[in-house]
Amino acid sequence: MIDERLVALITEEVIKQLRAKGSVTLPDSMGSGERPAAAGGLKDPMDPEALERMKKRTTARIGVGKAGPRLTTETMLKMRADHASARDSVFADVDPELIKRMGLMTITSQVTDRDMHVTRPDLGRKICPKSEEAILKNCKPNPDVQIYAADGLSSKAIEANLEKILPVLMEGLEASGLSVGTPFYMRFGRVAAEDRIAELLGAKVVCVLIGERPGLATAESMSAYIVYNSHVGIPEAKRTVVSNIHKDGLTAVEAGAYITEVVNQILEHKASGVDLVK
Amino acid sequence: MNLTVELSGKSFTFKDVKDVLAKASEPKSGDVLAGVGASSDLERVAAKYVLSNLLVKDLRENPVVPYEDDEVTRINQDGLDEAKYEEIKNWTMAELREYILGYKATEEDIKALGKALTAEVVAGVCKLMTNLDLIYAASKVRITATCNTTIGRRGCLSTRLQPNHSTDNVDGITASLFEGLSYGCGDALLGLNPVNDTVSSLAEVLKRFDEVKNKFEIPTQICVLGHITTQIEAVKRGAPCDMIFQSIAGSQKGNSAFGFSSETVREALALLKDRGTAKGPNVMYFETGQGSELSSDAHYGADQVTMEARCYAFAREFNPFMVNTVVGFIGPEYLYDSKQVTRAGLEDHFMGKLSGIPMGCDCCYTNHMMADQNDIENLSLLLGSCGVNYILGVPSGDDIMLNYQTNAYHDVNAIREILNLRPIKEFEMWLEKMGIMEDGKLTSRAGDPTIFTLGG
Repeated sequence: MIDERLVALITEEVIKQLRAKGSVTLPDSMGSGERPAAAGGLKDPMDPEALERMKKRTTARIGVGKAGPRLTTETMLKMRADHASARDSVFADVDPELIKRMGLMTITSQVTDRDMHVTRPDLGRKICPKSEEAILKNCKPNPDVQIYAADGLSSKAIEANLEKILPVLMEGLEASGLSVGTPFYMRFGRVAAEDRIAELLGAKVVCVLIGERPGLATAESMSAYIVYNSHVGIPEAKRTVVSNIHKDGLTAVEAGAYITEVVNQILEHKASGVDLVK
Repeated sequence: MNLTVELSGKSFTFKDVKDVLAKASEPKSGDVLAGVGASSDLERVAAKYVLSNLLVKDLRENPVVPYEDDEVTRINQDGLDEAKYEEIKNWTMAELREYILGYKATEEDIKALGKALTAEVVAGVCKLMTNLDLIYAASKVRITATCNTTIGRRGCLSTRLQPNHSTDNVDGITASLFEGLSYGCGDALLGLNPVNDTVSSLAEVLKRFDEVKNKFEIPTQICVLGHITTQIEAVKRGAPCDMIFQSIAGSQKGNSAFGFSSETVREALALLKDRGTAKGPNVMYFETGQGSELSSDAHYGADQVTMEARCYAFAREFNPFMVNTVVGFIGPEYLYDSKQVTRAGLEDHFMGKLSGIPMGCDCCYTNHMMADQNDIENLSLLLGSCGVNYILGVPSGDDIMLNYQTNAYHDVNAIREILNLRPIKEFEMWLEKMGIMEDGKLTSRAGDPTIFTLGG
């Protein structure tokens, strides 16, 4: 058993020494913390105000307390809940009702199920022959810019953002005087499938709106990968990426406006990715 | 060299040593993706039979990447203990396995043996080991290394404290750092994965780590894991730095995709000798993980276990303080589920030790893998029982910057208590002085990060 009194004495002595030396303190400036700290948490911190300041500076799960050496029930369950939510987002399909409501055609990669989707990224970059036919038949050829959505690794990202971003983006691009291709939705899609889309449709710029691999903080993060004059096998560095599109990051509406600007720049400079930065 | 075997009434013939090695591997989704794995369980076992009858010299003489094309192969081949190799070159791989597992082979014997093995031999014997074989063999050996303190002693289990932050906010990093220290983590390293790989950002965090380390007189090491060239530049401009980090691969082409070569590592070593803040002599930190070569198309048609072993052959040339397999970070296209991740963690640790390097393991998983926190808790306990040098510690297991999960600050002390292990001695004494640990257990005060914020 631990002698609590002895610990208290030692602690008191340590504090005295620290006070004498002066210690590292945390200023009041904010970090990027958005997520509230885990509920429950550390009982009786020596400096409750300092703990509050620390929690404001990071979204990491700190000040959580313990049961013996282990996590408290609340912290453990919160962590498992966030993980469950992240996994659901990877392994569930985008709600077909949403795609229908938005009037989008669905195409698929050469992947045939969700399990293959996570283990065969090479097939997620290729489009199945039937879908290639459908694209050629139904989409406007040779547009300045082709926008489409893909599930990627998060269906929730598409469900949370697509309806908000796509109209803003389409209107913005058309208002810039660009010819915009017919948008569609790709199931089991990976980023590099956009290179084949560019070849098929002869699009100058292709932009895929795709679900990112979820972390525990959010399962709703979407990115846009934008590429100029693409072809299968183009180096990854030639893509311009707008990431972190979700309600606590770059909101869908803001992202729509921003991507419109980026596409215009890409067309103006006839370059994307590292070539655009130059 | 016999590459054919009859098994269950079927005849199996393999193309070459590389093919035998690949097909003898336990199932890995990355080997399927690369198109090199066995096509059936029977073929896998057939390859193991063939492998078990190959000689040590068959594997040495057939490196999976040609000597002329690759400096990793050259470093490995040129650095062998040739006298020892002469003694063992005609052993079969089965004999090698049984020697390592046998009672006759002492810790010193196995360490001496390791110096005479190329990566292909290390990988080969690994493929003939069951999980318990890997644990038992690895538990015979401890590899120590010294930076400021000494890691890897028998009876010790250390942690790298990883206080990552989504925007590198230094006060946010410090908050997670204090939390981790208050749980007795950080005796291997206080080490951050930065978001911004810039000299000024690295220097700022290193300065804070150094300040905390000195103010509280913590006997440990510090590092910020930017690109090796960024760290070199930061040290040149006067940033305090105990060791320099780099991710490595098992081929020169893979290392080149990471943007460095052996020359860069030598430059880092020379610089730290001159300007580093640690006493050393072990001042490099390498990270690896099965599958990284395939992801940069630098695997030369070899399987991921063999390429991983080649990372260790490369690492040992530079006498690192720590080598870390970030085992489940790469995703399900390389390691599909908890079974594959567990196997890979045990393989990497065993192969690292047989190669003579101080191994740790980031027991981790991503959210698109078939694994969860239970699985990596299992793996860390298994590795604790084979005497792994260190595991990771992050707040509640959730890394907010790398978006994956690893061991929580709360894991290491449970494992230490179960397996009767302790932190590095000097660090434990420091924890006792701070009122965080007593008789190897956390005190009621442990877990309060504000014990480091008072008095300012």
